[in-house]
Amino acid sequence: MIEVHGISKSFGTVRALDGVSFAARDGAITGLLGPNGAGKSTCLRILSTVLAPATGTARVGGVDLAAAPLAARRVLGVLPHNSGLYNQLTARENIEYYGRLHGLPEEAVTSRAAALIERLDLKGVADRKAKGFSQGERTKVALARALVHDPQHLLLDEPTNGLDVMATRHLRDWLRELRGQGRCVLLSSHVMQEVEALVDDLVIIAAGRVTLTGTPAELAQRFPGLSLEEIFVRAVSGTQKSAV
Amino acid sequence: MSTLLTVCRKEILETVRERRVLISLLLGPLFGPLMVTAMINLTVSRTVTSAEETLQVPMLGAERAPNLVAYLNARGIARRDDTVVTDVDRAAELVATGEHDVVLAIDEAFGEDFGTDRAARVTLIFDRSKSRAASRVNRVRGAIDAYSQQIGSLRLLADGVDLSLLRPLVVDELDVSTPASRSALMLGVFTYLLLFATLTGGLHLAIDTTAGERERKSLEPLLTLPVTRASLLLGKMTATVCFMLASLALTLVAFTIALKQLPLEQIGMSSNFGFGTAALAFALLAPFAPLGAALMTTVASFTKTYREAQTYLTFVLLVPTLPLAFATLLNIEPEPKLMWIPSLSHHLLVTTLIKDQPLDATLVALSVVSTLLFGALLGWLAIRLYRREAILG
Repeated sequence: MIEVHGISKSFGTVRALDGVSFAARDGAITGLLGPNGAGKSTCLRILSTVLAPATGTARVGGVDLAAAPLAARRVLGVLPHNSGLYNQLTARENIEYYGRLHGLPEEAVTSRAAALIERLDLKGVADRKAKGFSQGERTKVALARALVHDPQHLLLDEPTNGLDVMATRHLRDWLRELRGQGRCVLLSSHVMQEVEALVDDLVIIAAGRVTLTGTPAELAQRFPGLSLEEIFVRAVSGTQKSAV
Repeated sequence: MSTLLTVCRKEILETVRERRVLISLLLGPLFGPLMVTAMINLTVSRTVTSAEETLQVPMLGAERAPNLVAYLNARGIARRDDTVVTDVDRAAELVATGEHDVVLAIDEAFGEDFGTDRAARVTLIFDRSKSRAASRVNRVRGAIDAYSQQIGSLRLLADGVDLSLLRPLVVDELDVSTPASRSALMLGVFTYLLLFATLTGGLHLAIDTTAGERERKSLEPLLTLPVTRASLLLGKMTATVCFMLASLALTLVAFTIALKQLPLEQIGMSSNFGFGTAALAFALLAPFAPLGAALMTTVASFTKTYREAQTYLTFVLLVPTLPLAFATLLNIEPEPKLMWIPSLSHHLLVTTLIKDQPLDATLVALSVVSTLLFGALLGWLAIRLYRREAILG
């Protein structure tokens, strides 16, 4: 369970987040949707504890991020915007490095890495340097790396970026599998169609504020006759009116 | 602690796999020794040439002063027969074109003037801007002066004058430099080359730690792991120090081997630079590695990209030269208050070592303590900077 209460963050004079509140349930995929520059990445960065909010609180699995950032990081897996792999290390070494930094015992490091390589279909490239990987392979390795300590919560920043159709389909399957295991999955995207089929809950954010929340079914009920994409466009375009 | 080791091991593994970096790490330490070897070889060959070899000098009007020519010949300055010098203009041309370093022209009236109370004239034609020719010109001039004095003395003696009247003051020189201390002049450049090699050894990793990781977007996920930023940075700096020490050790080994091959005795130098001295020098310079690593990491943390960091760190490589230039200009001797300045203290201690003089334990301790303190201070600063949000760029 991820809970966010009234967080704000400014960079210089730019107000990136302005009193954002929402919650992401366990056993559900929550989509953080918004146009570019809406504050999605800043929000995920605050949740992954690399940035601190100016005001407001955030809790991951009941752990307050400001009070116990290290404890929060233990229950969090993060897939950043760019995979951020080490090119000179192999896929396996990249995964194992994070396992060790999570403080897993050496046997667990090896076995977890092997299991994830198996599950994510990385066997063919496991012992090759990450240097020559395709975008799809990089994302898979980064996902395996984020899951190495078996976290209850997963944050994904625009995970489908740069992936081809097949890779996107596979990613969706894995995310559904993670949801099935009761995990709390929070992902960001700026394309409604991409997440429409995937998410259980939607949080639409524009200009640093949450403009609309609900399940796709709820939203369809509230705005009869409109497609989810049309609802999204309305939610982000009239930020000043904030009628919705 | 285990985080530190995990990070350190990964950084070393990653760096060793980067072929470009590894090659520059291995070749860098050879640069200094090669330069010094070339420098010393050149000096040796020049010194030996000017002292022993017979100097061939084209002469104009040699037939007018057979005694002078014979005197010069006896001092190893022979007339060059194959070059015909017709007049002074031709002589000037020979020097100007660089064909000859020096030409001697004997005045047409030399024979007539020589016996009288008028001074007989000779002209030396040379190019002062050619530093290579200076030693040859000086040799010829010295020999002619000596001839002139000898003839003058003989004349006074013939007139019954006591020669000591002509020299009311006599300067005696007593040079107390030893072969080892003379070599220290040249080998003094060592300290800088050694400090330079130490810094360049860690350059890549120091940049990679902040600017590099940020540029490759691997810093952000790293910071979401349940480890403190201090332990991450310390692990990275430890790896940096390992590479710096390796570079220093390689340089010292290369120096030791190179110096054994050089004919240092021929230019009045001696080298005590065996593997024992090299090991001592390593111990004296090792505390500089953490200081340099912290300094480079601190500077790199202000930059956005690898390239930008490289630009700034080039200046950092020059920082240790400042105290060294100061020391060389003022010819400073080791004393306690100077030992607080890193790089200067290293220069003074290593120079003492090369001069074969005993090392003062207090001075060594002061150097080690102050260097490590500065290193700790900069390390703390680097950690503070690593904790800023701006580190993500």
